Amino acid sequence: MRRALRSFAHFWYDFVVGDDWRMAAAAVVILAVTWFAAHHGLNLWWLVPLAVVATVTGSVLFALRSSGERRGDR
Amino acid sequence: MHEALLVISTFLASSVEMVEALTIVLAVGLTRGWRSALLGSAAALVVLAAVVAVLGPAVGHVPLAPLRLFVGALLLIFGLQWLRKAILRAGGLKALHDEDAIYRTQVERARNTTASGREMDWYSFTVAFKGVFLEGFEVVFIVVTFGASAHQLGPAAAGAFAAVIIVGIVGVVLRAPLARVPENTMKFVVGIMLTSFGTFWGAEGAGVRWPGSDSAILGVVALVALSSIGLVLVLRRRLALSGAR
Repeated sequence: MRRALRSFAHFWYDFVVGDDWRMAAAAVVILAVTWFAAHHGLNLWWLVPLAVVATVTGSVLFALRSSGERRGDR
Repeated sequence: MHEALLVISTFLASSVEMVEALTIVLAVGLTRGWRSALLGSAAALVVLAAVVAVLGPAVGHVPLAPLRLFVGALLLIFGLQWLRKAILRAGGLKALHDEDAIYRTQVERARNTTASGREMDWYSFTVAFKGVFLEGFEVVFIVVTFGASAHQLGPAAAGAFAAVIIVGIVGVVLRAPLARVPENTMKFVVGIMLTSFGTFWGAEGAGVRWPGSDSAILGVVALVALSSIGLVLVLRRRLALSGAR
């Protein structure tokens, strides 16, 4: 039973979050900050698109650096 | 405009997933016989249709703002990983999706597994079911989240249904993996669309009022597309430079 639950959770994690959990965490933080700002009268419509672009850029450059380090190790 | 983008997005996403599912079904069907492979595919489609039939109307009863925040966040997270993978593939940092290679692997596996000898070939049934269900589940996820966020389940499902029919017919006619479909380019476009819609609906659910209302989605798509293309160019340049050293 526990094994089935674990593989069920693993499937959903892999399906939604995927290879880089930091991007998922960043998305949650971005939307939380936007929600907080909106509920204090600030309409930060530009924040989410810019932060999303920054998140993708960070993740891709991190992957590039990691692959460079792997190649350098050989 | 909004509706057209929605239909195009679900159509493209469904097409790429259908091409992947078709490769698996063709490999099993041509190697071990069609009956069990088609039964497995049909069973998976019935289960997927049931999931849409249950989830679709259910999400329609949830208030729009919290639904958009939750579904927008899910879609954004899902879209970000799809886009990241597409950028890494287009930039040369990750191997391109190759339907021919996947087809050859599946055929090899199917040949090396002995048939049960009974009328029903459970290996074919299971492999086809798993392939269609797992690839189709991504389509269901996109259709339900798009349909729920825009309150347009009908157009979202129509886009997906059109893709299933078109790819299915082409697959039956050709009886070969659809390696010529520009799958990696389509995945890149779908990644941009998923991320853009996730950004738009997630922000709206969080209380943002977009300048220009629904037309702001075009600006978001343009920003995500341009930055993604820019990242691909940076990757290619860096990899070319490191290869030249």
